[in-house]
Amino acid sequence: MNAIVQARHLSKSYGNTKALDDVSFDIEAGRIVGLVGPNGAGKTTALKAILGLADFDGELTVNGVDPRRERTRLMQDVCFIADVAVLPRWLRVGEAIDFVAAVHPRFSRDKCNGFLAHTKLAPRMRVRELSKGMIVQLHLALVMAIDARLLVLDEPTLGLDILYRKAFYESLLGDYFDADKTILVTTHQIEEVEHILTDLMFIRSGRIVLAATMEQVAERYVEVMVNPDRADAARALAPLNERQVFGKSIFLFDGVDRTRLAELGELHKPSVADLFVATMKGTYA
Amino acid sequence: MNNLSILVKREYWEHRGGFLWTPVWVCGVILGLSLLGMISAEVFRARVGVQLGGMSLGAVRAAISAQDYAHAGYAFDVTQVMFAAIPCIALFFVLFFYLLGALYDDRRDRSVLFWKSLPVSDAATVVSKVLSAMLLAPLVALVVSTLAYLVFVVLVSAWLALHGLNVLPALAASHPLRTLWRLLLTVPLDALWALPTIGWLLFWSAWSRSKPFLWAVMVPLLAVFANWWLGVLGAPHFGGLLDLAHMAGRLLLSVMPGSWLSADAGGLRQWLPNPQALDDGGLLHPARMLDTATSPGLWLGVVVGVALIGAAIWARRRRIETSV
Repeated sequence: MNAIVQARHLSKSYGNTKALDDVSFDIEAGRIVGLVGPNGAGKTTALKAILGLADFDGELTVNGVDPRRERTRLMQDVCFIADVAVLPRWLRVGEAIDFVAAVHPRFSRDKCNGFLAHTKLAPRMRVRELSKGMIVQLHLALVMAIDARLLVLDEPTLGLDILYRKAFYESLLGDYFDADKTILVTTHQIEEVEHILTDLMFIRSGRIVLAATMEQVAERYVEVMVNPDRADAARALAPLNERQVFGKSIFLFDGVDRTRLAELGELHKPSVADLFVATMKGTYA
Repeated sequence: MNNLSILVKREYWEHRGGFLWTPVWVCGVILGLSLLGMISAEVFRARVGVQLGGMSLGAVRAAISAQDYAHAGYAFDVTQVMFAAIPCIALFFVLFFYLLGALYDDRRDRSVLFWKSLPVSDAATVVSKVLSAMLLAPLVALVVSTLAYLVFVVLVSAWLALHGLNVLPALAASHPLRTLWRLLLTVPLDALWALPTIGWLLFWSAWSRSKPFLWAVMVPLLAVFANWWLGVLGAPHFGGLLDLAHMAGRLLLSVMPGSWLSADAGGLRQWLPNPQALDDGGLLHPARMLDTATSPGLWLGVVVGVALIGAAIWARRRRIETSV
């Protein structure tokens, strides 16, 4: 067992709403895990618990440490980028580097300068003079220069144009990720992270409704495109979801024998977004 | 705790405007006004010819005695203290609003999430803000005002030399190093005296979901008002040693440098410049500062301040969101 995050029976309520409802999960080291859920499903609460930023009931160890009690020690091995633009506006690029270099034992100034060399950022610039995309470049350079074990990204590319978004995930994969590191990412732009994830977690109303590796997801879930005359036969197999495209019905099945489905029509690998929509049906109803 | 120096440096980066540029501006204005004074004196002198008590400047020059030089030296000492004291009025406002915002502003713009993503404990963060208010800001202000005083001395010397008056005997009769040393001694005394206000403001800064200013100011004011009202009604209320108005003042106004002067047994009068008492050691006598430093009023405040700083650390650990 090589879990960097172990959560057992996490619960957290805000008034009458349960942000986390008896949640248990493990995150193995060396994985890239996508935590996906609709607004208000408890994603941010779960991340805050992992980062020691919020109290909760239950047991949680992150890198062998209880985040409630030892946040300072935890942060030597855990980094996070929460949303865009949380760098203080008065800070200069050079000051940010000096500060992190002074307080973080695992920060490499050379690495950071290396990353920044590919950008337009200069040491004298203040954060308030930077565009959103440049702020994220700075934040990412600071974080990637830290040799951490777990990197938590909470909507890291929100509000960025597609060039910055692509570059963000490319440098994350190319320059940062390796077998010793773990990345936990939440985002609403699932299509963009789908191909880099190794694991998927769906959260809904404070509960984990799916936790699987991408291989398991590919095995379990299948989409079938069915002609109208066989639609009833498909419905009899209890599909998760049904939608109409060009007069045909597309059914999403969970764990149904593929040979039987192949008789009904053409098989497809569902996208995570389709899977998400099917799983979260009725969330806002 | 070896992070503390970089954390204090961080405070300086963020608050350079308040800590450095405010005293620079205040001192600059004082110097500018002094210069204006000299220029207008020149203009009037050229027009009418200055007469001091019926004597021309030449006669004054001849009649200056040793006693006069001593008085002039004392005047220089008073000026040096004034140069340090006037920026302190600005320093009060700088510190008050610095402390109210220190643990609130970064929650409001959510940059607290960045600071909390680094291995820095909440205690170290809060203590760095305490140290910045206790030592960093006052010391920077003292350095600036001392430099400004030196510029002033040069200006005055040059101006008097223009009229053939040698300022050196007067300067020799002043005590710039002694005065500087005493001003330096007021820094730790100010700092200890300010602790209840520092703790109080930092606590509300860390705890308020919105409007830390209102909470910090209204809570003690309402308490004083309610107490006074009870007194008016003849109901049991706090009075005498537990004078709530005095306590509210200590919680809100103690970051005013030198506000302990009026708490001295002899009263503020003891500390005012008095040219008749040239021989008793001059301004800001350390023995009197020692009296304040050993008074129960100061140390009670220190205890309360440390407790409030503890509460601020506790609040910093729990509160991240603001409601705006």
